[in-house]
Amino acid sequence: MENMMLDPAADPATHVEKPHANYMMIFVVLAVLTAVELGVAFVGLSRRMTIVALILLAVWKAMLVALYYMHLRYEPKRIHMLVLAPLPLAVILVMAVLTEF
Amino acid sequence: MPGAGVYNMKLGMWVFLLSEVMFFTSLIGSYIILRFAHPDAFAQPGEVLNVPLTAFNTFVLICSSVTMVKAFAAIQHDDQAGLRKWLIATALLGMFFVGVQAFEYIKLAEHGFVPDAAAYAAHGKPLYGMTFYTMTGFHGAHVSIGVLCLWFTVFQAYRGKYTKYNHGGVEIMGLYWHFVDLVWIILFTIVYLV
Repeated sequence: MENMMLDPAADPATHVEKPHANYMMIFVVLAVLTAVELGVAFVGLSRRMTIVALILLAVWKAMLVALYYMHLRYEPKRIHMLVLAPLPLAVILVMAVLTEF
Repeated sequence: MPGAGVYNMKLGMWVFLLSEVMFFTSLIGSYIILRFAHPDAFAQPGEVLNVPLTAFNTFVLICSSVTMVKAFAAIQHDDQAGLRKWLIATALLGMFFVGVQAFEYIKLAEHGFVPDAAAYAAHGKPLYGMTFYTMTGFHGAHVSIGVLCLWFTVFQAYRGKYTKYNHGGVEIMGLYWHFVDLVWIILFTIVYLV
C-alpha cells in the first residue's frame, strides 16, 4: 500500500500506458523551429518584428516540450491548473519591477 | 489517491519545477528590464556571442530531450537495455552541452568578456557580462546537476530498480531534464538572438 501511494504505476492491475505523441516528430519540429529562429534573427526584419517573431517561436517550442515531452497534455486538469498558477505571478513580478523605471 | 491525481514524487517534482519557473523568471525578467533601461550596455546579436556554436549546442540539448523521452518509453515497455542505452546517451549529451558552454566561456574570457567586464568597454558595459554569465551560468549549473542525477539514474537502472510497473524515478528525472531544455529554449532566444 505504501508503494502504491508513492507510485500507482507500481501496481500491475492498475497500470495503463498513457497515450503519447510521436516523439521523433516533435524533435523534427523543434529542430526546424530552431533553424527558423536563426533565420528570423539574421534575415534583417525590423527590430520589433524580429523580437515578436522570436518570442512567439520560443513560446511555441517551449509549449511543445512541456505538452509532449513532459506529457503535460495527458496529465489531469488539476496539474494543468498547478502549472498555470505561477505564470500570472511571473508577470506580476516583472511588471512590478518595470514600474520602478 | 494523493494530491492532484498523480503520485507524490511526480507532484513534488512539478511543484519544485514551478518554483524554478519563478527563479528563472526573476533572472530573465531582470535581464529584460535592464536591457530596456540600458540599451547601450548590450551588444547586438552575434556581435560578441558565438550564435552558430550556441545554436548547435541548443540542438544538442534538444537531442538529449529526445533520448530522455526514449528512455522513458523504453522502460514503459520493460526494455531494460533500451532504458540504459538512452539514459547514458542523455547523460553524455548533457555533458557535451556543458563542455561546449565551458569552451564558450573560455573563448569569451580570452577576448576580455568576463563577468565584471569593466575592461570590456568595446562592446557594451559591465551589465552585459554580468547578466550573460548569471543567466547562462545558473542554467549550466542546472544541466550539471541534471547530469549527476542522470548518472545516478543510470546506476539505478543497472541495479534493476526500474520496471514496466515501477519507473517513477525515470519519469521525474525526465521532467527535470525537459524543464532544463525548456528554460534553455527561452534563454537562447532572449540572450543570443534578441
